[in-house]
Amino acid sequence: MKNLPPDIWIAIRLTIELAATATIILLIVATPIAWWLSRSRARWKEAVATVVALPLVLPPTVLGYYLLVLLGPSGPGGLVAGLWGERTLAFTFEGLVIGSVVYSMPFVVQPIRNAFDALGDRPLEVAATLRASPTRAFWTVAVPLARPGFLTGTVLGFAHTVGEFGIVLMIGGSIPGKTKVLSVAIYDYVETSQWHEASVLAAGMVVFAFAIILSMMLIDKRVARVGE
Amino acid sequence: MTPKELFRLTLGVATASLISTSTFAAQTNVAVAANFTDAAKEIAAAFKQKTGHDAVLSFGSSGQFYTQITQDAPFQIMLSADDERPKKLISDGLGVPDSRFTYAIGKLVLWSRDPNLVKGEATLKSGAFSKLSICNPVAAPYGAAAVETMKSLKLYDTLQPKFVEGANITQAFQFVTTGNAELGFIALSQLTGNNGGSRWLVPQNLYKPIRQDAVLLKKGASNEAAVAFMAFLKGPEARAIIGKYGYAFDSTS
Repeated sequence: MKNLPPDIWIAIRLTIELAATATIILLIVATPIAWWLSRSRARWKEAVATVVALPLVLPPTVLGYYLLVLLGPSGPGGLVAGLWGERTLAFTFEGLVIGSVVYSMPFVVQPIRNAFDALGDRPLEVAATLRASPTRAFWTVAVPLARPGFLTGTVLGFAHTVGEFGIVLMIGGSIPGKTKVLSVAIYDYVETSQWHEASVLAAGMVVFAFAIILSMMLIDKRVARVGE
Repeated sequence: MTPKELFRLTLGVATASLISTSTFAAQTNVAVAANFTDAAKEIAAAFKQKTGHDAVLSFGSSGQFYTQITQDAPFQIMLSADDERPKKLISDGLGVPDSRFTYAIGKLVLWSRDPNLVKGEATLKSGAFSKLSICNPVAAPYGAAAVETMKSLKLYDTLQPKFVEGANITQAFQFVTTGNAELGFIALSQLTGNNGGSRWLVPQNLYKPIRQDAVLLKKGASNEAAVAFMAFLKGPEARAIIGKYGYAFDSTS
């Protein structure tokens, strides 16, 4: 195998950094949303659930278009960027993190919500009779019991961010080390007929995706067995 | 729906599709370099009016189209943004030899939405901006011309950290029109009908002329509409449109 150019390693590192950052933020943001969706009796909660799920159906170009406008100098992103003397959040790592969080949100919220749903009311009622405060019950009862949901959400959020392409292409500007992630690097290699590099990376992504999905299935199976 | 109704509907659809294919117009698929988008649309409309044939246009970077054509994409003509790829398509055995000609010579321009920003090469030297938009220099000839210009001015190394790259010239333009990049190297043709902002028409001595060649692909060699389109592109109506969009012509053709 011919040596791979160093920019591939830069792209791999960047992709992992982006996916890890986005996943951590996703867990922080998605957990309260999932909890609320699971517990609330509000009639409009399914409307909120629908908004969270929209990226499943919307083409990445729709999100990319809105993000390009919203992150830019005439949108809120420009105001935020102004705090450190920049004009736009597009073409930045931070901008990609924002895009990834929006795009991967349903993949994290849904499994966690399902896990909370599966708990039912009983464990929390028992905790309450033992005088646990709602916060304490949440951390010591709900979260540990919903662990498989968190695990699934983490893996899917990470993997889906790694697989993101359309949004990054539209708001990234293909800057090595900042916004040129693996999927964009592969696109560039194909566009410029660099077949060797493209095929190595593409094969790597197939192996990665296989490993992710297989591990998900094994987790599911184990959880099902534990539940028996 | 009853079976009878279904039968009538099927019959209706079948009749309608028969009628629409019974006209004499043919259709051809043309891959068009993104910088030529607006001009190509206007040419296709004039072509339709004159010949009745449809030219179905796809837009993208020349590199992307070259790759797709080598993988058997259903294009019959390629309007490239350079002369290298049409030459290569012929030597690859995918293009019709002798069909290649220069339909336009592209002009590179540095443009900003801000009416006071671009004041010639001094603007590049000052570096008083945070993002400079170009298109992928390997896949798109205007990107290569932009890089060549900055190298001629010995500014490439200092400006390189400010680059943002569009996958094609349309995206490079869009980064500037949305204001996400303050300025960018784009094609003069993209500013047709737009007098806003500030611009610097890059002098021709700073970059190699962008000779944009058309080539008839083997897939289109026996397609009436494709052959007619190639001829139309050389004719006076098409040239008037091309000139209007700011392109120059080959003095030898």
